[in-house]
Amino acid sequence: MQKNKIENLNTKSENIRKRILQIIFAAKAGHTGGSLSSVDILTALYFEVMKTDPSNPDWKERDRFIMSKGHSVEALYCVLSAAGYFEDAILETYGNFNSPLAGHPTRKIPGIELNSGALGHGLSVGTGMALAAKRDASLVRVFVLMGDGEQGEGSIYEAAMAAAHYKLSNLTAIIDRNQLQISGNTEDVMAINSIYQRWESLGWHVTECDGHNLYALCNQLSNMSQIPDKPHLLIAHTIKGKGVSFMENNVKWHHGVPNDQQFKDALKEIDQRLSLTI
Amino acid sequence: MEIITKNKSGINSIPCRQVFTDSLLQLAQADPGIMVVTSDARGSVTLNKFADTLPEQFVEVGIAEQNAVGIGAGLAAMGKKVFVCGPACFYSTRSLEQVKVDVAYSQYPVKIIGVSGGVSYGALGSSHHSLHDIAAMRTFPGMSVFLPSDNVQTLWLTQMLVNYDQPAYVRMGRGAVPLIYHNQKAVFQIGKANTLKEGDDICLIGTGETVYHCLQAALILEKDGIQALVLDMHTLKPFDTDAVIKAAKLTGAILTAEEHSIFGGLGAAVAETIAQHHPVPMKISGIPDENAIHGSSAEIYNHYGLTAESLAASAKILIKRKTR
Repeated sequence: MQKNKIENLNTKSENIRKRILQIIFAAKAGHTGGSLSSVDILTALYFEVMKTDPSNPDWKERDRFIMSKGHSVEALYCVLSAAGYFEDAILETYGNFNSPLAGHPTRKIPGIELNSGALGHGLSVGTGMALAAKRDASLVRVFVLMGDGEQGEGSIYEAAMAAAHYKLSNLTAIIDRNQLQISGNTEDVMAINSIYQRWESLGWHVTECDGHNLYALCNQLSNMSQIPDKPHLLIAHTIKGKGVSFMENNVKWHHGVPNDQQFKDALKEIDQRLSLTI
Repeated sequence: MEIITKNKSGINSIPCRQVFTDSLLQLAQADPGIMVVTSDARGSVTLNKFADTLPEQFVEVGIAEQNAVGIGAGLAAMGKKVFVCGPACFYSTRSLEQVKVDVAYSQYPVKIIGVSGGVSYGALGSSHHSLHDIAAMRTFPGMSVFLPSDNVQTLWLTQMLVNYDQPAYVRMGRGAVPLIYHNQKAVFQIGKANTLKEGDDICLIGTGETVYHCLQAALILEKDGIQALVLDMHTLKPFDTDAVIKAAKLTGAILTAEEHSIFGGLGAAVAETIAQHHPVPMKISGIPDENAIHGSSAEIYNHYGLTAESLAASAKILIKRKTR
């Protein structure tokens, strides 16, 4: 992949980070930490990996994406808007009474495939989508983004068994492995230390990468389906609150909202990085 | 469609679930978009023939009801006409969040087919009863709820559901039930109760298997000179409020009968309607607030006053409460 292409994606991702902070600051609500940890994954998917047509969101042959960790919806909204699914002005309504942008994803918004928010649902729905595509001999691929805290939901493993049983190589799950959930470190709340072995033993093809390295994300996610007969899991090692130094790896930013000064400081940090890349 | 709904002697020995699967198989042979999902329940749903005949339109998920509903939503999202089938007790409880979020809230037109509902598994205990399912399902926005009362109605319902573009929950019993509809005319219109017998002294309303008992109760009452109006409320949602208000005005007393908790089901829907539009004396016959006694389905009906004789007796008491 060309170097300047990756640089463009990085710039896009940084600008989306700013937009996420702006809508959360304006709404005085949002899941800041998880949105910032997943934004690079979403940028890779929507601007490089997935076959989509934002001007025709119901295009039958589009790749499907499910935001199973629905609480990181601000990142999804900002990525979808940047990709052209809806006008940026709609983002301004986030947090307003009767805004089309709910606090978790809904199908009211073009590009969103599933109303989510209750954890542990996305992989089953993605498995159904991938199974339909396989039975129809369609080239559609399905991507599902889960949280690491979400791994506590037992229904995930029902889906994981079925996806392996039906050899759904057109299905890719991604875990946003930021090590934190609302009550603290994932290993303190309910240890999941062996995700890799766990999913491998369920019959999945498992890989890992730096979840903020757009080259690695694009490369791994684009080439998954070349490995036959198994569904794929990418463990994306991320940092909760990534890109704003005082938010990084700090659980209080799970759904923390910046005050005026913090908001200015956060945007300044991102702007400084952007000025270096130009 | 050629589906056998009764045997040669005219006594029905075919359960609704089998009429459903036989007709769905015929429909699916002509329509490759139809898909069936089940959770190790192909025997109890009578899906073996479907699974053997159309393996590409059949999805076994193992004992995993939550996954069955989620997969069903995913298949529907890809344009499939999906029927998720299994025991009503599990699909209305274990996977209720998937029904709520992936199906009803996301508005994917999955059909949840709950078989052996109510107290069909009478002796197996409350874990296997579904006496809360109408209450649970009818509160989800956009979810339709149907309880067919016999084989003919089940056949019509199945044909209708294939291209019904909304989520729906259907409850059927386990055993064969007496036929109510002997021809195939006007047995099912979504949201429109069927009038099975005219009368103006009292209205008996049943749903699913209790419809037959209401009809039998009306025949007992007729011998005593009481004319009962009998309604088959096969659709619990969207609910036919017009029919209920009309019945309240005409008869002045309503008795409901359901194989369900007395909370939140048919009786509750009727009470919600008449309390707000035309209050009349009413009684809700169903399973009281206790774990249902163990026994056969017939024994349980008898114990809780859901037989024709008990319903007729309840009707007579209710008529005395009418304001003259």
